[in-house]
Amino acid sequence: ELSLELSMSLITLQLGQCGNQIGFEVFDALFRDSHCPHGLCCKRENEEYQASCKERFFSEEEHGVPMARAVLVDMEPKVINQTLSKAAQSGRWKYDQHSCFCQKQGSGNNWAYGYSVHGPRHEESIMNLIQKEVEKCDSLSGFFIIMSMAGGTGSGLGTFITQNLQDQYSEALKMNQIIWPYGTGEVIVQNYNSILTLSHLYRSSDALLIHENDTIHKICAKLMNIKQISFSDLNQVLAHQLGSVFQPAYSEEGSFYYRRNPLGDLMESLVPHPEFKMLSVRNIPQMSENSLAYSTFTWTGLLKHLRQMLISNAKMEEGMDWHVRPPLSRLPTIGKVSVKKEINFNTSIANLVILRGKDVHSADLGGFKDPALYTSWLKPVDAFNVWKTQRAFSKYEKSAALVSNSQFLVKPLDMIVDKAWNMFASKAYIHQYTKFGIEEEDFLDSFTLLEQ
Amino acid sequence: MVGGASAGRRTVPDPGPRRCIMTQSVVLQVGQCGNQIGCCFWDLALREHAAVNRAILIDMEEGVVNEILQGPLRDVFDNKQLITDISGSGNNWAVGHKAFGSLYQEQILEKLRKSAEHCDCLQCFFIIHSMGGGTGSGLGTFLLKLLEDEFPEVYRFVTSVYPSGEDDVITSPYNSILAMKELNEHADCVLPIDNQSLFDIVSKIDLMVNSGKLGTTVKPKSIVTSSAGVHKRRQEKPFDAMNNIVANLLLNLTSSARFEGSLNMDLNEISMNLVPFPQLHYLVSSLTPLYTLADVNIPPRRLDQMFSDAFSKDYQLIRADPKHNLYLACALMVRGNVQISDLRRNIERLKPSLQFVSWNQEGWKTSLCSVPPVGHSHSLLALANNTCVKPTFMELKERFMRLYKKKAHLHHYLQVEGMEESCFTEAVSSLSTLIQEYNQLDATKSMPVQGLPRLRIAV
Repeated sequence: ELSLELSMSLITLQLGQCGNQIGFEVFDALFRDSHCPHGLCCKRENEEYQASCKERFFSEEEHGVPMARAVLVDMEPKVINQTLSKAAQSGRWKYDQHSCFCQKQGSGNNWAYGYSVHGPRHEESIMNLIQKEVEKCDSLSGFFIIMSMAGGTGSGLGTFITQNLQDQYSEALKMNQIIWPYGTGEVIVQNYNSILTLSHLYRSSDALLIHENDTIHKICAKLMNIKQISFSDLNQVLAHQLGSVFQPAYSEEGSFYYRRNPLGDLMESLVPHPEFKMLSVRNIPQMSENSLAYSTFTWTGLLKHLRQMLISNAKMEEGMDWHVRPPLSRLPTIGKVSVKKEINFNTSIANLVILRGKDVHSADLGGFKDPALYTSWLKPVDAFNVWKTQRAFSKYEKSAALVSNSQFLVKPLDMIVDKAWNMFASKAYIHQYTKFGIEEEDFLDSFTLLEQ
Repeated sequence: MVGGASAGRRTVPDPGPRRCIMTQSVVLQVGQCGNQIGCCFWDLALREHAAVNRAILIDMEEGVVNEILQGPLRDVFDNKQLITDISGSGNNWAVGHKAFGSLYQEQILEKLRKSAEHCDCLQCFFIIHSMGGGTGSGLGTFLLKLLEDEFPEVYRFVTSVYPSGEDDVITSPYNSILAMKELNEHADCVLPIDNQSLFDIVSKIDLMVNSGKLGTTVKPKSIVTSSAGVHKRRQEKPFDAMNNIVANLLLNLTSSARFEGSLNMDLNEISMNLVPFPQLHYLVSSLTPLYTLADVNIPPRRLDQMFSDAFSKDYQLIRADPKHNLYLACALMVRGNVQISDLRRNIERLKPSLQFVSWNQEGWKTSLCSVPPVGHSHSLLALANNTCVKPTFMELKERFMRLYKKKAHLHHYLQVEGMEESCFTEAVSSLSTLIQEYNQLDATKSMPVQGLPRLRIAV
């Protein structure tokens, strides 16, 4: 039979409370999907899917319980303890107890403390743990770093570690999964922490996969119909989105085996130019299990919605603006075109559509190949890719994920820079950062980079 | 001093659901007021944990501390944690600060170092004292400087009981102002409390409990003023109810650091988020609910009511009205079965009626702790950095000036070695500067929020 490797491996770094809480949900979602009986494909296909998923995210253990390929880091112990025990309790998979690094006192929501104090202090220990995980891999695709921007550990220490990975593992790819905080009501200094994170990571990470809490919250409220939304709910939606991207997939050419390089493949499709590396994920359909039982979908319908979500920069299929259309500047003018529709249009640099499920080969992706969707410096054939996989994902008979490199983040980023700038101008909270070696100059550097 | 093994292998600590509060903090109870409150605090803390105790009790009179040692908490404390004298400070800040300060400095330091050694990772000192007397005020603030020098990386949280207008200690304005200077310069965070507010809250509860409204019964343990219950004192002293409120404040302040939750908040995050400028570190606190009714099914309306109450002036622990003044920052620390959507919904609802400073329009810091206080299904502690503290400071200054102009009782202070008139003038000057800062902020209240011009990058 085939003697090729099943898949290159992905090591996940879970940083801070957010990173660890999400990380757990991601591994859980990946595992449950790979063992889901409703794969809608033949047995051999399913087994290959499972094996590929396993090689990618889990390592083998003597007693047969798969161990997540993960390093858990936090500056206080409660969350990691919880995460370890939740995984162990499930009985299905677990974390390696030795792949955890914990301190006692947190980072105080202070980027400077995470970056300048915790970073150097614990560099050796953390990099050692990462090295041990790397050694467990036959072949390493790269690192997936889960962190929030708003706090102190994920943001500050996360940035520091990413830079270290760049130095120590220059051949491996790094994708940072960044959680964009709620516009209001999480951490007061979140805008400072965010600009410091983004400006530094832009230089050291290969791709930034961004999820906004406000967006996921709306998905929970409107699509999933959850009344009292908890962080657990948010994290599960996120895990679902990530799973639909990272689970094994075939490429369009219909090869005989699943794609091997999770990060490499994504990077190749989505980051043609290092200056533009912020990615978003859209997933369709998304709904509560109850509703799922009563719904059927066609690929045409799903893809039509997905395309409109892209160009109108909507994050979910409900309530989007169907009036937004791509600019018609390349076609002969037929009467006046409304300027507003063009202003709201979301131009893409690159798009990747991942389809999973029944009759996937019949899906027509013509709508995504329209040159009007893309910037002028890339041809659609280079800017657009599609992966089709028959094996269904997580109980959805048909599901589509769109990973996009587009203008989507310009407005939210602008808002954050605005607020941070206003606060910086009055010098509020700056003493908390200079205390740990982040000077006003560093702030200015960050602002400069982001304004560009 | 701060924990952190450099070994790569780190065994994960036992994942018990309740961890000891005192791996992170040391409580210093100074003076009569401080010790009485502290006592209530430990009483309640033991209800939440089987805690290993880390406290130092300091008093220059034997009465209160002796009582603690003979009372139900005698097993909790031992002699190694005490520093006492017999003569008292005579309600004289100078005696407490200068005389007893230098006399007991070494002893205090020694006990502090021992306590600190027992902590896994000392993050914070909690000092509990009153401002108006001699020991709590004088020696208590002497401690601050000592802590800053000896443990510079450890946060200093001070719970200060300010004297009310009808305070029976004539020299309380002197003591308070002299203490204020120390708080300005050496505390990281101060939670001012005043007795009148506590008294009003107690009265409100009594009214509710005794009104016997149709069918409403209150869960006794849930009342914010109640003691731990198991150890009933022979007679409830008049201040007990009030002290229990403060004790509950401290308990809730540390809950997110002690227990699990979906959005944790360590003590160092309080200072980070709520103190935009080092000198503006006075936080007005409020606790809700004050009690829980005995009916089991609590509709969501009650949950939202809890949030509304936290901003009402009747629930603040000092005489202050945050709603009609300017917020620099606000923290909401929620315990119990409350999720992020509940929190966000209430912030959105209440935001329009509150005024935040222009550079911090979304100045909210939030935490969610899964474990509620005993007897409640949920609770909320709000901490506000708000210009509504200004009136308290201005009144204090006025009372000080009335005495100082006449030089009344001044000789009692000046005869203490190390005290000079300049201590007084510097202290009042420090307070004036602080009031001026708040004035400047208040002046921005009615100004429209302007976007500042951003950096322009040459492309």
